[in-house]
Amino acid sequence: MMEMSQTNIKSTATLSIQSEVENILEVSHLKKTFQIKSPDGKKGLLKAVDDVSFTIKKGETFSLVGESGCGKSTLGRTLLGLYPPDRGSKILFNNEDITNISKTNRKNFARKAQLIFQDPSACLNPRRTIKQILMEPFKIHKIKNGEAKITELMDMVGLPSRFLDRYPHEMSGGQKQRVGIARALALDPELVVCDEPVSALDVSIQAQVINLLEDLQKQLNLTYLFISHDLSVVHHISDRVAVMYLGKIVELATRDELYENTQHPYTKALLSSIPDVSGEVREKIILTGDVPSPSNPPSGCRFHTRCPAVMDICRTKEPEFKQTNSNHFVACHLCTK
Amino acid sequence: MRTFKSFITQKGFLFKLGLIICALWFIVVIFAPLIATHSTTAQDLSIRYEPPSLSHLFGTDELGRDVFSRVMYGSRISLTAGIITVICALSIGILFGGIAGYKGGKVDEIMMRFSELIMAFPPLILAMVIAAALGPSILNSVIAMAIIWWPNYARLMRSMVISLKESEYVTASRVMGASHIRVLFLEILPNSFGPLLVMATLDLGNAILMFSGLSFLGLGTQPPTPEWGSMVSDGAKVIQNWWVSTFPGLAIFSISIAANFVGDGLRDFLDPKLQKE
Repeated sequence: MMEMSQTNIKSTATLSIQSEVENILEVSHLKKTFQIKSPDGKKGLLKAVDDVSFTIKKGETFSLVGESGCGKSTLGRTLLGLYPPDRGSKILFNNEDITNISKTNRKNFARKAQLIFQDPSACLNPRRTIKQILMEPFKIHKIKNGEAKITELMDMVGLPSRFLDRYPHEMSGGQKQRVGIARALALDPELVVCDEPVSALDVSIQAQVINLLEDLQKQLNLTYLFISHDLSVVHHISDRVAVMYLGKIVELATRDELYENTQHPYTKALLSSIPDVSGEVREKIILTGDVPSPSNPPSGCRFHTRCPAVMDICRTKEPEFKQTNSNHFVACHLCTK
Repeated sequence: MRTFKSFITQKGFLFKLGLIICALWFIVVIFAPLIATHSTTAQDLSIRYEPPSLSHLFGTDELGRDVFSRVMYGSRISLTAGIITVICALSIGILFGGIAGYKGGKVDEIMMRFSELIMAFPPLILAMVIAAALGPSILNSVIAMAIIWWPNYARLMRSMVISLKESEYVTASRVMGASHIRVLFLEILPNSFGPLLVMATLDLGNAILMFSGLSFLGLGTQPPTPEWGSMVSDGAKVIQNWWVSTFPGLAIFSISIAANFVGDGLRDFLDPKLQKE
């Protein structure tokens, strides 16, 4: 009888773990401010990322979309420790605080989180052969047996091993991006930040690379933070999507929820801009004006200068980032009325 | 993979010429005693200013010394001094400029102002002051020259580092967990070596000339020792006896242009993009 009850307790415990997927990354109140100097010599502050909170679950693809300059790349790179975050920010990786990571931990952290770059030509050192580039992570972390690993990696990303002796300039964009992916995967990371991994590639190659990323995710149980401005790609690959505007997340929801039950006017405008080939006539929301400068953001809601549904309150009061249903968060006065 | 041998064969005529001239001078430096036909210091006033002949290939100078032998022996001091000066200046410049450019901000500001301080002085006069303070000797002259020369390399290195440190492959290396030293010396330096190398080879001739300037002032080599620069300046006083200054001058010219050809070729060798399949 005793034994029976014990096994019961065990099985319920495992069940609860399975039902609740662990968070790999927890970000709260992340801020990143840069000091800038305007041409007339005045110093100013540029809030590239301003008070952003979200969590990423193990094994999911979390997308970050927004216009250029909205801070999505800065956010991704700050998470990887490339820029020190401002005070008050908190980043937990596997429940471990990595906000102000030390040098040695930084090196260990590199084995768990990696980055795939936008421009495959720029991210490979032009003076090194592919073999030397892929050996780099093993040399830095003093891992033996790198040669065998490299062949495995090349195989994994679908490149023939004869490419190992080539230089980056002797390869096409898609092939270089595969090398970039192989390098990011060399140390068996858990989290991969994909910083617009396909926006520099041809459309036909984009599909190949996206499929490769999806296959690798299944194969290696990876978690992706997918940064992009291409909403069709994001719709294809994501589990959850966050929309950024001027350093803030304005809407965060599961993919289908976001695409079908769009709430924030900015997201609506973005989604209406996706080119459609079905012939169906849709109303396009055209935003006027430029994105305001992040060094001098508008008061109240940052989107009020371009919002088609602007109200008086938007100009003075900043909307709170609120949950509207179980998997949907929005920062807009319209939705919290 | 490319090898140096295949590179030489496919590289142009000038690179080969430069390589041959450098190799010849290297042989001369090592075997100077075997090549020289006369003693470098033996004076014979009865044969002052003899034009080139079979017994004196490059003629004789004002003390009747054999110019050919002096040019051959002079290669030892001139070349060594020139090469060591350039290598020292290059090393200091790479380190200094690399750190300044990589660190940026206040560190960069202070380090660069310091290098400008050195550049603000007239180079030869500063070299003289340093060499005189250290005491006249070949080594001290080399040190003095390296001290006034490195800011040029530091500035070049700094500008290369500033543009390259923002590149994505440097970021990739950082994300990979590479240390700053590794990034600076293994990722950035190889990509900035081309311009540095060309500058260094161009400077070799200048360094030899400046060394001779110091020697002329009695700070480098002392008079009986054969040295190209002082031989040129000796001969310049008696220009009608052209051979006295022409041959050491040709020696300086040949080594600086050969070094430049080789440097140019090496830069191409180090750059995979310029390599033909």
